[in-house]
Amino acid sequence: MTTFTDRPLEEQISQWRTYVRRRQVLHGPDVEELEGHLREQLAALTESGLAGDEAFLVAVKRMGSLDALSREFALAHSERLWKQLVTSPDAAEESAKTSHTETLIVLGLAIAAAIAIKVPTLFGLRLDGAEMFYARNISLFVLPLLTIYFLWKRGAGVGRGLMLALPFVAGAVLANIFPFQKRSDTEVLAVLHLPIALWLAVGFAYVRNRWFSSPGRMDFVRYSGELAIYYVLIALGGGVFTAFTMMMFMAIGINAQWLAGDWLIPCGAMGAVIVGSWLVEAKQSVIENMAPVLTRLFTPLFTILLLVFLATMVWTGSPINVEREVLIGFDLLLVLIVGLVLYAASARDPQAPPDFFDGLQLLLVVSALVVDGVALAAIAARISEFGFTPNRVAALGENLILLINLAWSAWLYARFLRQRGSFASLEQWQIAYLPVYPIWAALVVIVFPPLFGYR
Amino acid sequence: MDMSKDLVAASATPLVLAILAEGDSYGYAIIKRVIELSGGHIQWTDGMLYPVLHRLERQGHVAAKWSAAENGRRRKYYRITKTGRKLLAAQREQWHVVDGALRGIWMRARTT
Repeated sequence: MTTFTDRPLEEQISQWRTYVRRRQVLHGPDVEELEGHLREQLAALTESGLAGDEAFLVAVKRMGSLDALSREFALAHSERLWKQLVTSPDAAEESAKTSHTETLIVLGLAIAAAIAIKVPTLFGLRLDGAEMFYARNISLFVLPLLTIYFLWKRGAGVGRGLMLALPFVAGAVLANIFPFQKRSDTEVLAVLHLPIALWLAVGFAYVRNRWFSSPGRMDFVRYSGELAIYYVLIALGGGVFTAFTMMMFMAIGINAQWLAGDWLIPCGAMGAVIVGSWLVEAKQSVIENMAPVLTRLFTPLFTILLLVFLATMVWTGSPINVEREVLIGFDLLLVLIVGLVLYAASARDPQAPPDFFDGLQLLLVVSALVVDGVALAAIAARISEFGFTPNRVAALGENLILLINLAWSAWLYARFLRQRGSFASLEQWQIAYLPVYPIWAALVVIVFPPLFGYR
Repeated sequence: MDMSKDLVAASATPLVLAILAEGDSYGYAIIKRVIELSGGHIQWTDGMLYPVLHRLERQGHVAAKWSAAENGRRRKYYRITKTGRKLLAAQREQWHVVDGALRGIWMRARTT
């Protein structure tokens, strides 16, 4: 593997390198590794008597077709596949054919979701009269349709579809037959947890048969993050659209508030879930993901926030005030930090050595652990003083779940930073832990109301 | 003799791991070793080795390190890890079973 004195041969190698570099799945070090191989092959071939250009032809031929090679690389590194979908020419043709059908199906499902939320009105359940009914059922209007979209998109059979209908039916039945007391805590908890539990069913449809493979789950995590971002963008646009609608009709003396409140906002909110998902699916190969970019941006800021918060708490000695909102706030904070870790992991090249950002992540996780410990102590104190309530038990459970995740992540991060372990093990841990969240949410929906007497 | 694609793909992992179990190595040397071991019957498309190596690296069965080669360029060296050795042992047993079964039936075919 030497540099060749044969000038034309060097030129050919550099042309080959430029050509290979155009493949987006092949990153710099991969190209370098392949070039090293090519050079050794060339050296061996020229030694055995082949002329430079002959040797070059043979060596490139032995390397194999670049299309096939890129495909293999993409399979080995699915996070790159996400950024730059590699499709063979015939797959590209096929996708052009189906994309028309897909647009129609997406439009149909989005309209169906928009209609679904208006159906209860026919039975006299108005949006501004039966708020809790809508709150309990909100995920049931759109998530089944979203699941249907992914079942269609992944070409799943009817049997699988029927199996995935089960959780939705169960959710719908439980959410509506439980005799919740008016404004009860268990009802609010069910409202908050049902969408999380049902998201697992969407996940099954999304990954098709790859639920037990880590790239499959990681893709679902990426999809969820991107959908959240697209959804916010669509909501912003929807807000502008609504404002203009109101303003223009106001100008001719018509109050269009009913149109916005009863139709535009609820129907748009439902349809946007489907359209947003379709956009994520369609664009996943085209643009850089936003979720990892936001992660990079906010990880340092949240690390500073947590450290300053802890320092202030130690300095002033003021304990955490255990109001309900505060507890939920801290739970959300931990969810966010788990999210930051998860999305940082989803975008990271697992083979890269530890860098500054990884140190920062560890600091973030450790400070979150300390905050979580303080919050747990506060909840435990509250429970021992005033007994169990649905809210406290839910907050306690969620805290414990997040604590376990963060503690083990911190351990794996520390090992990785000291080069004792690989980043892949951290990624695998995060992925293996994912089903815990929806399963806990399902428990809160199914077990809590009867357990606490629908209070 | 042209080996079927599936067989080549299936045997790639145990071959690579077994070669790395002999000692650390790098892409080009691994391919040469495969040719040598199989008497030239197993001919991989050279490039295809690298995705296999990267997948094994990602799964933690091998570890990789860039270091300088004799000629001043960088070269990526691969080393088998503990989990890699475990996987190799498991695969070895599986191949042993397949080998034994095929041998058994072909021996009988020859004697009858």
